[in-house]
Amino acid sequence: MSDKIYDILIVGGGVVGTAIARELSKYNLSIALFEKETDVASGTSKANSGIIHAGYNASKNTLKGRLNIKSNPMFDQIADDLKVPFNRIGSLVVGHSQEDKEKLILEKERSLAQADIDLRIIEKKELREKEPDLAEDAIVALYAPNAGIISPYKLTIAQAENAANNGVDIYLETEVKKVFHENNYITGIKTNKGKFSGSIVINAAGLYADKIAATVGENYEIVPRKGEYNLFDKKYGSLVNHVIFPMPSEKSKGILITPTVDGNLLLGPNSYVVENKDDLEVTEQGLNEIWDGGKKLYPSLPGNGIISSFAGLRATIPAEPYNDDFKIEALDNPVGFIDVAGIQSPGLSSAPGIAELITKIVDDISKDLKVPIKLQEKSSYNPELDKLPRLDDYKDHREDWHQVYQEDNDYGEIVCRCEHVTKGELIAELKKSLAPLTLDAIKRRTRAGGGRCQGGFCGPRIAEIIAEEFEISPLEVTKNGPGSEILMERVKDIKADRDITYRRQKDEN
Amino acid sequence: MKTKRELVIVGGGPAGLAAALEAHKNGVEDILLIERDEYLGGILQQCIHNGFGLDYFNEELTGPEYAERFIDELSDKKIDVQLKTMVIDINDQKMLTVLSSKKGIEFIEAKSVILAMGCRERTREAIRIPGTRPAGVMTAGAAQRYINIEGYLPGREIVILGSGDIGLIMARRLALEGADVKGVFEIMSYSSGLVRNKVQCLDDFGIPLYLQQTVTKIHGQKRVEAVDIAEVDDNFNQIPETKKTIECDTLLLSVGLIPENELSQQANISLDDITGGPIVDQSRETDIPGVFACGNVLQVHDLVDNVSEEAEIAGKAAAEFLLNETKDEIKQSLEIAPGKNITYVVPHTLNINANTSPLIELFFRVKDPAEDCKISIKDNQEELASYTRPIVEPGEIESVKLPIKLINISSDEIIVELITGGE
Repeated sequence: MSDKIYDILIVGGGVVGTAIARELSKYNLSIALFEKETDVASGTSKANSGIIHAGYNASKNTLKGRLNIKSNPMFDQIADDLKVPFNRIGSLVVGHSQEDKEKLILEKERSLAQADIDLRIIEKKELREKEPDLAEDAIVALYAPNAGIISPYKLTIAQAENAANNGVDIYLETEVKKVFHENNYITGIKTNKGKFSGSIVINAAGLYADKIAATVGENYEIVPRKGEYNLFDKKYGSLVNHVIFPMPSEKSKGILITPTVDGNLLLGPNSYVVENKDDLEVTEQGLNEIWDGGKKLYPSLPGNGIISSFAGLRATIPAEPYNDDFKIEALDNPVGFIDVAGIQSPGLSSAPGIAELITKIVDDISKDLKVPIKLQEKSSYNPELDKLPRLDDYKDHREDWHQVYQEDNDYGEIVCRCEHVTKGELIAELKKSLAPLTLDAIKRRTRAGGGRCQGGFCGPRIAEIIAEEFEISPLEVTKNGPGSEILMERVKDIKADRDITYRRQKDEN
Repeated sequence: MKTKRELVIVGGGPAGLAAALEAHKNGVEDILLIERDEYLGGILQQCIHNGFGLDYFNEELTGPEYAERFIDELSDKKIDVQLKTMVIDINDQKMLTVLSSKKGIEFIEAKSVILAMGCRERTREAIRIPGTRPAGVMTAGAAQRYINIEGYLPGREIVILGSGDIGLIMARRLALEGADVKGVFEIMSYSSGLVRNKVQCLDDFGIPLYLQQTVTKIHGQKRVEAVDIAEVDDNFNQIPETKKTIECDTLLLSVGLIPENELSQQANISLDDITGGPIVDQSRETDIPGVFACGNVLQVHDLVDNVSEEAEIAGKAAAEFLLNETKDEIKQSLEIAPGKNITYVVPHTLNINANTSPLIELFFRVKDPAEDCKISIKDNQEELASYTRPIVEPGEIESVKLPIKLINISSDEIIVELITGGE
């Protein structure tokens, strides 16, 4: 079998890889993106705070600072084009003392010296108006109205879908094992599904970027730093109105509380280095740590309102010369290899800027490649995704849902009762070319199974719908890919028995 | 799209069914029963074991048989049933928005509403078990549905956390299907399920019940591979030296039930923090006149028989609300509060009028198991009535019948207490 040939091979289907794929799909290039997991957004992009930072504490001396500041204003257009919920709710860094206040003023001045960011110091009265349930001893805050919230996995999925619509081939469950280079030029990659040729490899492999880079002779280490989170029931989403940060420490922005775009409340993350890149365990200590952090900011935080706990890993490069900054650069040797590594916080906030920067780098090296390319905008590029109807978006005008229903009666059948997701919504998502037939994929796309009962009621029903619609056995339905099957074996064909009994009864009548 | 109804019942499980029949029996003609599943009977349809109906029918039935009795009776009556229909909104004016694949969006203006939405199971998250998030962690009820309704075995090597009734039932059910049930682990010092379920589902099948032990961690990347277990002391602190790892592919959770009151909250109905259900008076009326609640949405019951009886109270009261043009004047209103060693009491209030039944049954749970004890009903320090009990358990609802004539006319609160041993 001959290798498939592309201009550009992107390794990694996270928010960065998919943003790059979408950005490059504007041009007349043949592009492939490789993701080793069953779905895009399966690594760091599925488990983070979902904050679009205003960039107040970003230093212009760092790449991540510059890219954050540059990217923040780009999100309105992206969210609009991709129909991804995005909300500029603003952020508050909360101080408890005169000393904190002085630090916040300093922080504000330092930030303003670097970039034109809307930043204000607000005093207790205004703070309480904005956040009535905030701890009594919070007396001052640094307010950044342009901070926003977004669903990181919905953004990633939408970017991937839009890239695919614009011609990018997306290979799921395809792990890049090796990058080939000859005489100082990139020539292609080897995966578990065969070889692919290309003159540019963009390494956006997140936690595993060091492993990919090592195959072209680079030597740096990605250190995973864990963050644990709690998600609260939607009932408590209105307890908090902004992204609330404590006073920052050296290493992190601290344990924050924020509403999510889905109306839940998110608490976390803590921050500590772990050994393994697949260590997504939530720990007793970790949960206690974030709980204590949350209680300090919001004493009325309800312990019994937690509906989910999870952990994510940040991909960091603490060593010199990167010092926890992003590593975004094209190698001189081999030509055509571009690192997009160490994309820790604010990676999500910087993704659009990263994608633009990569496009510029690709353009810069385009003539020097083994097979030179030319970036020409294509007229067929469509930046927009169609919006699928969601019952949840019709809260204040339910009568209009009737029209949606009349076009397809499946939009009248609620499958997930906690999140109000209809069968029509599930099937519409499943029918998209990119969607894997897993419960987690469904949950990330529609919220079905992600509510307060965590799939207790709808899990079996969703598995049944997946099986029915795609004519597979329910035994093949997984949580998140091979090895995570939900069911073990058939005990008896109850449905067939029931149908027979039913028919018999009908005949007798 | 817009209709008016005398009585709308939300939920077609045992509570909704009994409430509908009772309301009809008492003269309500225009009844709509709304059920979100494709069949009536609710969770009973997946409870294929027997033990239902011993109180109510004086015979032992399976879940589907118990449901069938009510469904058959219902089909003889002129009661409208809408299946595969979900109430998505309800407000304090008794306006409902419902959605179905048959009719789409409908708005219903009800004169009276009976809430009978039942309950859901507490999840892994509600009890914060650390570890990974693989496939194979599920509630006992979800496993029950997979086996009994869908016909699939969800696991072969099973650890069950929590000794709730569904967990005990599923221990036996899985053993019957050939799974290896390694044990039921209960953090409390007593089983939270019915005694008869412990005997019939665990003891008879040689499945061990480990008290004061809990799951402290889940292992496995894709599928559950093992769980860590540790003993706990009397304050529920884990004892680290007792930690052990048990290999399994499935962790079933039977760690409690939560009344499903999201609709009640939408309608701004006041809820009891302890039961998780609405605050009701003796007719099971909530603080919105004409809105009643019964069954597991009000308080989690042990026996479906009690659900049916409670639903009949609500059904009858809804009929009275709809048909009594002139409302009887309330002579006395008082609160019924849980006192010493009592977790909660239902009903929460008494509204006494000329028509109030002379005997009011109070339902409650005790905090801890006790023997040779007595239930005392008090008005301040004065004991109005007392009832002896040889044994009480938190896992079994207790009830007493209080003659109304014993209540002082000036009283605004009575208290239910459990008096144990030397007190």
